[in-house]
Amino acid sequence: MLRKGIALAALGLALIAAPAAQAATGHAVMKHVSWSFDGPFGKYDTAQLQRGYKIYREVCSACHSMELVSFRNLGEKGGPFYDPKYPNPNDNPYVKALAKDIQVPDIDSETGDVVQRPAVPADRFPKPYPNAAAAAAGNGGAIPPDLSVIAKGRTGGPDYIYSLLTGYKAPPAGLTVNPGQNYNVSMPGDVSGQWTGDHHKVPPGGFLAMPPQLADGKVTYDDGTPSTVDQQAKDVAAFLMWAAEPKMMARKQFGFGAMIYLALFTALLYFSYRRVWRNVAH
Amino acid sequence: MSGHSTYEPKTGIERWLDTRLPIVRFMKDTAIDFPTPKNLNYWWTFGGILALMLGIQLVTGIVLAMHYVPHVDHAFASVERIMRDVNYGWLLRYMHANGASMFFLAVYIHMIRNLYYGSYKAPREVLWIIGCLIYLAMMATAFIGYVLPWGQMSFHGAVVITNLFGALPIVGEPITTWLWGGFAVDNPTLNRFFSLHYLLPFVIAGLVVLHIWALHVPGNNNPTGVNVKSEADTVPFHPYYTVKDGFAIAVFLLLYASFVFYNPNVLGHADNYVPANPLVTPAHIVPEWYFLPFYAILRAVPDKLGGVLLMFGAIATLFVLPWLDTSKVRSMRYRPTARLYFFIFVLAALVLGYCGAKLPDDPVIGAATGLMLLDADINSFVWLSRLATLYFFAYFWVILPVLGLTETPLPVPESISEPVLSHPASTPAGAAASPEKRG
Repeated sequence: MLRKGIALAALGLALIAAPAAQAATGHAVMKHVSWSFDGPFGKYDTAQLQRGYKIYREVCSACHSMELVSFRNLGEKGGPFYDPKYPNPNDNPYVKALAKDIQVPDIDSETGDVVQRPAVPADRFPKPYPNAAAAAAGNGGAIPPDLSVIAKGRTGGPDYIYSLLTGYKAPPAGLTVNPGQNYNVSMPGDVSGQWTGDHHKVPPGGFLAMPPQLADGKVTYDDGTPSTVDQQAKDVAAFLMWAAEPKMMARKQFGFGAMIYLALFTALLYFSYRRVWRNVAH
Repeated sequence: MSGHSTYEPKTGIERWLDTRLPIVRFMKDTAIDFPTPKNLNYWWTFGGILALMLGIQLVTGIVLAMHYVPHVDHAFASVERIMRDVNYGWLLRYMHANGASMFFLAVYIHMIRNLYYGSYKAPREVLWIIGCLIYLAMMATAFIGYVLPWGQMSFHGAVVITNLFGALPIVGEPITTWLWGGFAVDNPTLNRFFSLHYLLPFVIAGLVVLHIWALHVPGNNNPTGVNVKSEADTVPFHPYYTVKDGFAIAVFLLLYASFVFYNPNVLGHADNYVPANPLVTPAHIVPEWYFLPFYAILRAVPDKLGGVLLMFGAIATLFVLPWLDTSKVRSMRYRPTARLYFFIFVLAALVLGYCGAKLPDDPVIGAATGLMLLDADINSFVWLSRLATLYFFAYFWVILPVLGLTETPLPVPESISEPVLSHPASTPAGAAASPEKRG
């Protein structure tokens, strides 16, 4: 018993040391949002995804591509414009109309010339820049990352996206921000090189090339939701989460059935086990 | 141990087959009638769990391979296509990715059980060594598989691990060139890794057959570590252990499903959802959780070659373990002193895993910075890893050899049935042991 106690105490010490170590290295501010898609029964909020799509289309898509997403995805089950009347999203009139407003590059099959034509649901979201060099040249050397799976490609996911978009703060006195850079309390990084104050009190966050993009009223919401920076950041983060994990609702639904099945199966096997072994001393 | 066969072919076609290829007889003897100690506890159910996990990985992997494109320009997008457009592709991929973690969780418990109950000792040394080979093949398969999605961690992990071989003198450079298929990690690397990732699971499957064969010659060890003395010590594998293993498998599947359906990315790294870019190195390159102890051992040594040798040495040590442990008593139930060292060993392995996930120079206890001894900051993860690494090797190379000669074990029961029958709690009133009776 004493030995077990020693082992447990040592394990406890190791666990106590863990948060302390993390506190020493964590420097970026992460704000936690209560999302509609949290938890085992969480679902995407369709209205929120629609607002988020509008923000991506009117703000983000000027610089950020979403190469893995097609217009048809918007009308798929769980997507922002899903309509049960149109199980095939390519027939969904709303999706068709949204696509038609966007020009995509194509090759004229008669002449072989590069042309622009209105998109159809089967088209991918067009890229804002023809190539990486053009993207870098247009943004002071920093390539705006593709946003297709960004919500899974950053620690914290939608919380991180929300925190970053609302994390632009005036740099504290003593922090030098280089031209072309912006200070953000939620950007992972280390600002100590630009900090002239007390080296025990280095401000949180880091620098990034993207200036603040959201502003109150910048995007007009069709559903009457007040268009604040906070709301816009939440909506676009939710939209990007959907884009990264479009099958999340199907997954959780499937999982619910699977867990019930497995639980019943486990109980059945347990009682079979008790019955089979009832006459064996072991 | 297998005893004589009790199979009697009943129909004409069974008799016909039995004289040509006695496969039905073989199946009945090995999977139905096989006499198994009746006192196996739930730690013994992980063999069955592992067999199932191998099957799941093979089936999901074969289907994933139908949709995956092993090319640096297409690999990432093809994985995302599986997630988005392939019917139930998300299920296949999440089962496969989390299945690897579950496979390792099960194999670690299987190995820890083995260490505790001394199952590696005579006459099961070959069984243990085949198990070590399976573990080695699993590590290679898992590492190679992690490279295939061609995300940032895939690419940079591949660079780090393949470069380790370069530290070896003379053979190092040819090995890395051969692994890369060129002069850097690039398309030929990805292409051959895909080929090897398809090959190695079948190598594992072959080794598993040998593992089961080597198990069925001496038979199962058991929690007392005492040999089976009579038929009264055993029960037929079916239905006793099929149902017990089945129950344990179902519980394990509940855990597995909770990851697949509700937290499919928690065991991975966000960086691997960023397409590989050789020009941008992630802030911290960390392997998957199941490699972290070895990663910590690697980084514990300031010299690259030394670190590589120590890391491979940790695995090589496992192969000679049967000859390092000098104790004649198998189960640590009867070795109280060894048991204490064993629990410290498990703790050291967990500490190593924890250190592997941390930055080497970060302080272990945040508040107490700068515990300097000579030139070294003792309060850092690299020093904690060094301490744990020292214990890891000391356990195998010093403690087990010495302890077997010096300790006084507790009295070992005469037979498996003895402690069972003398234990009042486990004998239901009026129930006689009748192992040969089938339910």
